[in-house]
Formats: sequence, structure tokens, C-alpha cells
Amino acid sequence: MRKKIGNAMKYIFLSVISLISIFPFFWMIVAATNESVEVTKGTLIPGTYFMENLKTLLASDLQYINAFKNSILIAVVTTTLAMVVSSAAGYAFVVYKNKTRERVFNFIFLSMMVPFAALMVPLFRLFSKFSNLGPLKVIALNTPMSVVIIAVATAFLIFFFKQNAQTFPKELIEAARIDGLSEVKIFTKIFMPTMKSSYAAAIIVTFMTSWNNYLWPLIALQSPEKRTLPLVLSAMGSSYTPDYGMMMTAVVIATLPTALLFFLMQKQFVAGMTGSVKG
Amino acid sequence: MKRKKHDLNPKLNRTAWLFIIPSLILIVMFVFYPMIQAFLTSFQTGVGEHLTFAGAANYKRLLTDTTFKKALFNTVLFLVIQVPIMILLALVISSMLNDKKLKCKGLFRTAIFLPCVTSLVAYSIIFKSLFATDGFINSLLMNLNVISEPIAWITHPVWAKVLIILAITWRWTGYNMVFYLSGLQSIDSAIYEAADIDGASAFQKFRYMTLPLLKPIILFTTINSTIGTLQLFDETMNITQGGPANATITISQYIYNLLFKYTPDFGYAASVSYVVVVLIVVLSFIQKKVGEDKDA
Repeated sequence: MRKKIGNAMKYIFLSVISLISIFPFFWMIVAATNESVEVTKGTLIPGTYFMENLKTLLASDLQYINAFKNSILIAVVTTTLAMVVSSAAGYAFVVYKNKTRERVFNFIFLSMMVPFAALMVPLFRLFSKFSNLGPLKVIALNTPMSVVIIAVATAFLIFFFKQNAQTFPKELIEAARIDGLSEVKIFTKIFMPTMKSSYAAAIIVTFMTSWNNYLWPLIALQSPEKRTLPLVLSAMGSSYTPDYGMMMTAVVIATLPTALLFFLMQKQFVAGMTGSVKG
Repeated sequence: MKRKKHDLNPKLNRTAWLFIIPSLILIVMFVFYPMIQAFLTSFQTGVGEHLTFAGAANYKRLLTDTTFKKALFNTVLFLVIQVPIMILLALVISSMLNDKKLKCKGLFRTAIFLPCVTSLVAYSIIFKSLFATDGFINSLLMNLNVISEPIAWITHPVWAKVLIILAITWRWTGYNMVFYLSGLQSIDSAIYEAADIDGASAFQKFRYMTLPLLKPIILFTTINSTIGTLQLFDETMNITQGGPANATITISQYIYNLLFKYTPDFGYAASVSYVVVVLIVVLSFIQKKVGEDKDA
């Protein structure tokens, strides 16, 4: 009997926690599909006002579509470059292991401890100088590349790929060398395709981090037409008379890509978030 | 082909560096160089780029700066209240979900992990709207007769802090739960069955089996959450704007304000940021020591 009650309590507890976890999503959809007035009245029924809200959003001076494009551009370029640059390093630390490189890895690993709060000031000053430095102009403040470049090589990703490269069979490399493949080809034609699931996990987490990044873009992208989605959302949220319908429409659309990634690739999503791929 | 175990031939050695150099350059340029730069700047003073050496003046100023003290207090408060609540909650949830006989396990897990897909800004805005004075939460609580008049979640100094803690807990509990679940899966279920036979209660199993077995993962997530909380920015910026009257301002937000809200004071902002660095190093060290010494 006691066991039965305990069991029931368990289900109730987990249900309540699940409900609390899901409710804000549900409310977001309710708000996005209703008129702002209805939302403030506290409705909990999804409405049919979504297209109207979307029209208001697109007609506003927030440049939402532009921000969506900026976010896509930055996230795609960051992810592509990060996959090449960080995975190459992680791979090399395993395949060409020696003492010196081991030390270099430990040095890179240290950067994981550095809080972004400490980098805010010097990075802002550093990037403001780039606009007068010839070719470095491409990564100067207020360019999409200024946001991309600092996320291309991260200790987290290098560590992640180093861990995963350790499961990669060495015999494959030896065989490819005998076949006369160059070292770069071994990496691109053998390692990359073999490690698809590791790359999938890394792509998801990198894309998502970039898509959701707020503080550095807030500092680096000052002009309105350069803004990414989190910056536009933030600007909407701080208005004094919020149009809830329009605001939540903007939030829904901004959340859609990462939510889709989650539902389509739940296993890799979790693996990427926790930095571990098993089996 | 004879090769010493650790020496690669020169050509392979060159290739190896070719693979590593781009990452190394980027990390030195955008992490280590700025770190050193900030340290030097923290001993300088001036407006904008006109800086002169000032010795420890910035650090002395910290001691008398009431906004800084508030920011430090709030950040530490969020840390000591929110992190333990979240870790404990995540532990309880994951040990419940680890039950083999539990039905709808996948459903619960997915639901509780779901907050992780939202961006910090997006969920902050949702929370800000839900907890607005005329928002849904207040009307719900009033309809349930829990409160008689709306709570000023965003504009009351204490409730604003509560709201920030609620929000962060909502966003990150599922994330921590996933770590514990994967840790629990590697524990042999036979030992739980043995404990069942010996008549151990659920609490005893949790306290004397789950907790000690998960200790390394708990330590890892605690350090992770500590580092995250010490850098708290997105939520306070978007839910309360650090207000009311700096009641929820965090160190990161204060640094941001020093840079962009007031006349830029790079030297002072850098010295504030080094407080975060020192806190992170010291707290991670203490947590590691505590985790290694004591047997839970």
C-alpha cells in the first residue's frame, strides 16, 4: 500500500514538473495565435490570429526578416568554419600525438575557464581597431564576421573532437597511408565521413550556440540592420507597451529552428549539449 | 619503416601543426591575448582610449563602489540559492526517471529537457510576459486565491530576485538532469535491486547510493553552473534590466553598463571583470577540493 502511494506521488511529481516545463511553450503559442487584448485577458486557447500577428511583425520597423537572415548567415558560416577548424585540431591532437602538442592542448583547454565577462572589455577594444587594419576590416565591429570569428575555434569543440577521435580506428589511417592518400585527404575523405554522428552532435550544438548568442552580438553589432534575432527580441521585450501577440510570434519563429533540430535529432542534440557521444 | 614511438617524421609533424595552428591562433588572439590585455587595462584609468597608468586605484574603487557591491551580492545570492535548488531538483527527477518500471519515461524526459531548446533571450521574454503585473501568473494565483492582489514580480526588489531564480531554474534543470541520467545508466541496476531486498527506502537509496555514485558528475555540473551563474547576463538584462534600482544587477551587466551605458571606463570595467575571473578560479578550486576530500 505504501509503495502504491509512493508510486502515485512519483507520477504526480513528474507530471507537475513536466507541465511546468512545457507550459511556457504552450503559452507562447497561445499568445502568438491570439490578439494582444485576448492575451492580457488570460486566454489559454490557441486562436486564429497568427497571420495577423505575423503581418504586424513584418510591417513593424524591427527589420525582423533582416534579423532572421543575419542570424542564419552567422550561424551557418560559424558552424561550417568551426567544423573544419576545431575538428582538424581535435583530430591532430590524437592522430599526431606527441609531448609538445599535448602541452599545446592543455594550454588551449585552459581557455575553457576564461569567462566571457572578462573578455568583453578587451575584445570590444580589439575589434574596434580592426576597421583601420586593412584586410582585418572584414572582422571589424558591426560586421557579421566579427561575431563568427570568435566562435570558430573553441576549447569545447576541440576537446569534443579530441575525445571522439580517440574512438576512430587507427588501422583505417594506416591503410589509407599505404594506399597513398595524403594526410589532408585522410582527414576529409576518411575521418569526416566515418565520424558523422560526432559531427552531427557538434553541428547542432554550434549552430544552436550561435543562433542564441546574445552578449557579444549586442556589443559587436550596433547598427539596427546588422542585428540578429536575439537582439531584435530583446529590443521588443523592453518596449513599454508590448504587443504580446506580435512579440510571441517573433519568439515562436526564432525558437522554431532549434526546436526542429531537437525533435528531429534528439539523440545527437543531447549528445552535443552534454559533450559526449556514446556508441 | 622504423619510427620511435613518439617521434613522427618531419612531414607528418608539419601536417600536424597545419591542422592545429588555425585554432591555436584564434584562441590566443581572442582569449589569451585579451585576457592579458584586460589585466593590464585594469591598472589604467581614463576616458575611452585615453588611458594612463593608475596603479591599484581601480581595485581600491571597487571597495567603495555601492553598485559593484550590489552586483557582487546579487550574483553570489543567485549562486548560493539557485544552484543548490536546481542540482537537487535535477537529481531527484533523474533518479525517479531511472526507474525501469516507470511508464512514459521518454515523455517526461523530453518534456523536462525541452526548456533547453529556447534561447536565453526568448525564454526571458516569455517569463517577463507571464510574470507581468497583469500577466498570466498573477491572474492564476488570484483566481486560486493564493494572493489577493497582484505581485509586482518585475518591480519589487525581492520578487524580482525570486523571478530570476525561478526563470534560471526552469531553463537549466533539464540540462543538468541529462547529465545525471547518463551517469545513472552506467550504474548497475543490480545494486538497487539488492538494496530493495534489504528494505532500503527511496530516500536511503538516494542518499547513500545515488549521491555517492554520481559524485564526479555532480561536481562537474556544480562547477559548470557556478561558472554560468557568475556570468549571468541575458536573463537579468531581458527580464528586469537589472532593476528595480539595481536590485537584480549582476557583475556581467555592471561591466556592460560601465562600457556602454555610462562614459566608457575601460580600466574600471576591466578590474570588475577580473573579480569574476578570481571568483571562478577560487570557487572551482574549492569545489574540486571539497569534492575530492569528503566522501559524501
